[in-house]
Amino acid sequence: MSQATLAIKRISGHAGPAPGEGVERDYQVCKLVDTTTCIGCKACEVACLEWNGYEFTDTVFDNSYQTMPETTWKYWNLIKFNEHENSDGTISLLMRKDQCMHCADPGCLAACPADGAIVQYTNGIVDFQQQNCIGCGYCVSGCPFDIPKFNPATKKMFKCTLCVDRVSEGLEPACIKSCPTGCLHFGTKEDMTDLAEKRATQLRENFGFEKAGVYDPAGVGGTGVIYVLHDATNPEAYGGLPKDPHIPWVVKFWKGPAKWIGNLAMLGGILRVTVHYLRFGPKIVDGSKHENGGQP
Amino acid sequence: MELSRRTFLKSALVGGAGISLLGFDLTPAVAQLKELKIARATETRSTCPYCSVSCGVLIYTIGDKAKNVTPQVIHVEGDPDHPINRGTLCPKGASLEQDILNPRRLLKPQVRRPGSDHWEDIAWAQAIDEIAHRVKKTRDDTFIEKDPLGRTVNRCESMAWIGGCTDTNEFNYLVVKTMRSLGLTYIENQARV
Amino acid sequence: MTNGWIDIKNTDMMLIMGGNPAENHPCGFKWAMEAKRNRNAKLIVVDPRYTRTASTSDLFLQIRAGSDIAFLGGVLHYAIENNRVAKEYLANYTNAAFVVKEGFKLPEDGLYSGFDAASQTYDRSSWNYEEGNDAGGAAPSHAATPAAAAPGAPPPLPGMPPKVAYDFTLQHPRCVFQLLKQQYSRYTPEMVERITGIPKDQFLKAADLFTSVRKDGDMKRVATIIYAVGWTQHTFGTQIIRTAAMLQLLLGNIGRAGGGVNALRGHSNIQGATDMAGVFDSLPGYLKVPAPTDVDLATWLKRITPTASKPAPWDSFNYYSNTPKFAVSYLKTFFGDAAKKENDFAFHYMPKVDRNYSWTQLWDNMYRGSVKGMLAFGMNGVAIGPDSQKNIDALKKADFLVVGEIYPDETSEFWKSPGITPEEMKTINTTVYRLPCAGFAEKDGSFTNSARWLQWKNAAVPPPGDCRLDQDIVAQIFLKVRELYQKEGGKFPDPILNLTWPYVDAQHPALADLAKEVNGKALADLTDPKTQVTIKKGQQLPGFAWLKDDGTTSCGNWIYSGSWTEAGNLLARRGTDDPSGLGIYQNWGWSWPANRRVLYNRASCDPSGKPWDATRRQVWWNEDAQLWVGNDVPDFKPDSHPKDHMGPFIMTAEGVGRLFAPLGLFADGPFPEHYEPIESPVENALHPKQSNNPVVKKLKTAADKYATPGDGFNIICTTYRLTEHYHYWTKNNQMNVQLIPEPFVEIPVELAAELGIKGNDKVKVTSARSYYVAKAFVTKRIRPMTIDGKKVYQIGIPIHQGYRGIQEDEGKDARTILNRLTPTVIDPNAFTPEFKGFLVKLEKA
Repeated sequence: MSQATLAIKRISGHAGPAPGEGVERDYQVCKLVDTTTCIGCKACEVACLEWNGYEFTDTVFDNSYQTMPETTWKYWNLIKFNEHENSDGTISLLMRKDQCMHCADPGCLAACPADGAIVQYTNGIVDFQQQNCIGCGYCVSGCPFDIPKFNPATKKMFKCTLCVDRVSEGLEPACIKSCPTGCLHFGTKEDMTDLAEKRATQLRENFGFEKAGVYDPAGVGGTGVIYVLHDATNPEAYGGLPKDPHIPWVVKFWKGPAKWIGNLAMLGGILRVTVHYLRFGPKIVDGSKHENGGQP
Repeated sequence: MELSRRTFLKSALVGGAGISLLGFDLTPAVAQLKELKIARATETRSTCPYCSVSCGVLIYTIGDKAKNVTPQVIHVEGDPDHPINRGTLCPKGASLEQDILNPRRLLKPQVRRPGSDHWEDIAWAQAIDEIAHRVKKTRDDTFIEKDPLGRTVNRCESMAWIGGCTDTNEFNYLVVKTMRSLGLTYIENQARV
Repeated sequence: MTNGWIDIKNTDMMLIMGGNPAENHPCGFKWAMEAKRNRNAKLIVVDPRYTRTASTSDLFLQIRAGSDIAFLGGVLHYAIENNRVAKEYLANYTNAAFVVKEGFKLPEDGLYSGFDAASQTYDRSSWNYEEGNDAGGAAPSHAATPAAAAPGAPPPLPGMPPKVAYDFTLQHPRCVFQLLKQQYSRYTPEMVERITGIPKDQFLKAADLFTSVRKDGDMKRVATIIYAVGWTQHTFGTQIIRTAAMLQLLLGNIGRAGGGVNALRGHSNIQGATDMAGVFDSLPGYLKVPAPTDVDLATWLKRITPTASKPAPWDSFNYYSNTPKFAVSYLKTFFGDAAKKENDFAFHYMPKVDRNYSWTQLWDNMYRGSVKGMLAFGMNGVAIGPDSQKNIDALKKADFLVVGEIYPDETSEFWKSPGITPEEMKTINTTVYRLPCAGFAEKDGSFTNSARWLQWKNAAVPPPGDCRLDQDIVAQIFLKVRELYQKEGGKFPDPILNLTWPYVDAQHPALADLAKEVNGKALADLTDPKTQVTIKKGQQLPGFAWLKDDGTTSCGNWIYSGSWTEAGNLLARRGTDDPSGLGIYQNWGWSWPANRRVLYNRASCDPSGKPWDATRRQVWWNEDAQLWVGNDVPDFKPDSHPKDHMGPFIMTAEGVGRLFAPLGLFADGPFPEHYEPIESPVENALHPKQSNNPVVKKLKTAADKYATPGDGFNIICTTYRLTEHYHYWTKNNQMNVQLIPEPFVEIPVELAAELGIKGNDKVKVTSARSYYVAKAFVTKRIRPMTIDGKKVYQIGIPIHQGYRGIQEDEGKDARTILNRLTPTVIDPNAFTPEFKGFLVKLEKA
């Protein structure tokens, strides 16, 4: 059994700050996706499936190279294709790797009521802990990118882990390693931001993409996956990348006070029990007996 | 690996959590991770059999090549040292594990007899014997030593060898050596088309 | 490739045409992206479809399939007209200054001089250089007619004159440059638009961008041209590639880092298969096969060994003058002690070939009943086509078929292909053996990539079940045949009985032993007279420079000599050092010839031996050492001083790059000319009376049908691969099947609207041969075109499905093979079928 562990800085459904938060220095990891050199080859999709060992999906051709509309609980990485008509009448084939954005301020984690079902490691990776997941699906409402997906067999939520098992061993994520053109890049958030800005500048100055820019939305505190876009003013054209993603106000509203109250006094625990009882009690019955059912 | 992908070190978390409410605990909360699945596997360096870029691949197999182990592939990944692919792979190369472990592989020699509607199993020795007899008979029946102008041609035009794209240089050499010595003129390859 | 995958990163300008590397060579394509990222290099993509390669381009032009020569000829014309040529390179490193014989005619009417309509062939004797000396000045020089042969000397074989008339000012009206200029003066932007469908303004934009590397006489910048079978698979495919090579010579881009003409090639080892003569018309190392006219060894060697042909003041290395050494060493390797001087080194053990035995001929002759048996190893001939139904019908007539495969494929199961009834099956008398082979991970051995790198791979796992290694199967069949000849005798058993078989375990020849045999060894003690270095009998040779024509060396393939020396297996080297930063990687694997990574790299320097661009130094002349030195192995005579003016193209008899290809080099013309595909919706705008390549012959069985627009076939169809699949292989791999689960036809939105077709509808595509059913992929990425005033549509179909595969076996697939549609006509030089650009009808199924 593995002895590898990773320190956590945020915990879902948990009263108070994560233990030891801010004690150790750590660097934020980040994926850079340069859509201007993405060739939609799907190597990242295959590398993800190979590494994580998920079963295959029955797909159907649907008038596109993209054979499923969205990521699924066992298909975490999907290239979204768009035959985009430019203003001058020419065509662009826009391709974007869609996956968990690993937000600095993760809406899924904020929305999650189950203690320890969603964590954010000190390196910034947002990860689901299926054995603590109660399958309530609240993370879906918290996510502005529609990433968490429900496995009906195990009644748990799944999504990209940013290959935390590789990253913790000093390796890059599987998708990053496979990417043939170098459209995907991995490093610290600082370095990736720098690289992305340089590339965007190059695109503006040397390749005529006047609106080229970096997608690193502030509404979720910035993301652990950032994009270089030919046209940063129109992220929606890239398979529906939201222009200004935010954690929904509902999630903010009831998670905000909860935290405040929890920090103010020991009422946190009581409140948690209350919230659980009132809102999620019935669902626990469904999912509670699947301790190890979320394999892998 | 049979256990769930990652399990909280519950003692650390629960213990820490209790005290943390008072803001005292400095022991970081940690999560246990899935073990790196290739950590102890044997790594064999090979070349991708698909396109002509020749990406270096690492084939990970179980066991450490000890006598009592039959290696089985558990993962394939790009070779980061390879100057051309530098660890990257395309969607075909990245799925090579499924090619090696494929349940559709042919596993035994078979023959389809004239007029038959099915495959029959055949022993290797018998298959090779039958094929050799057919090759010899066809060659002997049709071999041309001189053309109509009386010039030496020493050729056999009634049999063909067609070779595939993933045949190694050494295998191709063996084919050229054996087939040309039989006098074959129809020697063609994927390289043509 | 003249250059290599990594070398693409050194370029300033890329033209990708007839290839789609982002989809078919993704990991090599990274170097194109690196050039963009690190050098601000520009990428022009010209293709019938907006591909995933096009999505990364700076300029995309949609071209009509099969009109590539018109486009490239137009760029040649533009470069000359706008003075975007590498003058010094052109004059010194190409045959631009060579004067062509009087009597040579350009194809204004579609025909070069010497055409014989009855045989559909050219008498190519007028496609030659004029003999003589300096022919300077503008007037044709009659004084330079060939001198009479010396009395008593045998009449010379038709060949190039040893002393070629020349005009270094390039002004002589019959010098190659002037003829070139005249030839492409017809390829105006207007004509390019009429033929290719590319609007004039867009064409001019592309021509200007590509030739901008030679703006104002600058020689520092470099452009590369990258192509694949989108050029090869035409009835004028070789000539498209030649046009690209000529353009690169004109711009001075050959031999230079970031330049060259780069064939991507489609499979892991078809470069190696070509090198190793897996095709009928060559012997290993591109030696020409003997013909019946080669009555003895000397005649053969004389025919295939070129003699230098050059202007008197220049020098030509003419490396192929060593051909006899390569050929005799090859015969010694095959037949050992049975190959003696007295029997012409067993020359007559080799079959003699005097007609076309290429791929389509093979199936044609099986269809006609003369080819009785076939051994197919890893080669799915039915699916590959062209005209798959003809191939299936041909196999029905064969006595036996031996298939070595790892998956059940269309070829081994031709006898139960869709449409064959149980009654018909009973009448198919072909015996089919299907032998389970080993997969790539179960074998060692080497592949040669398209950059000519040979790399050794290791076996990771044993073959599963009762599978055997391919080399064991072939060895065992051969040894059994040999045993039968030993026992029973038979027709001309000598080559079979005398074939060398020096393998430790005869039934299981090790690939390492074969690799050593290919490299070659000394059969006697050898001493280099210059250096006094000695090689003992039995030792591995250090390289092909040691080969002898007296029977004292063996070598299975001269271009691979130097790959497995006394130093060991150089194919397995893994040195990651790249001191020059040019991506040369001298110590990784081994590349032919002689570990050179960029061919013709002498041309990366000016005539005085200094690199054109000091920041990309490959090789250079070192005056102190009196040698060519550098980061790469000089592809040149190492001690040839620049003042001797030896041509950098040492493999041509002229020593220079050929803008004009003399005599028998090509079947269809010394310059490329635009011809229409055999099935075309329009007449040739240059010469309507000679629309097609005049030397292309159609096959004549009942199965060989060809369409005309008059029959209602008026949509152009082209075929290709997708990045998600590999050929007919990954339809057995669930991982790839889920990426693209079903066959489809890419149809322009406008055409779909006209025919009432919506995305995902089942459509039927019909050619003169057969039909194909698949789902419609209605896309904006293929646009309607206007060709010579006529509206023309193109559609595209990926090749990957068949009747055996995961989806096929589950009945989810249409179970048809795309290549049922494709025609059996071939390129007259490379004999590759015209898979690209044939005519079809389209309807809702």
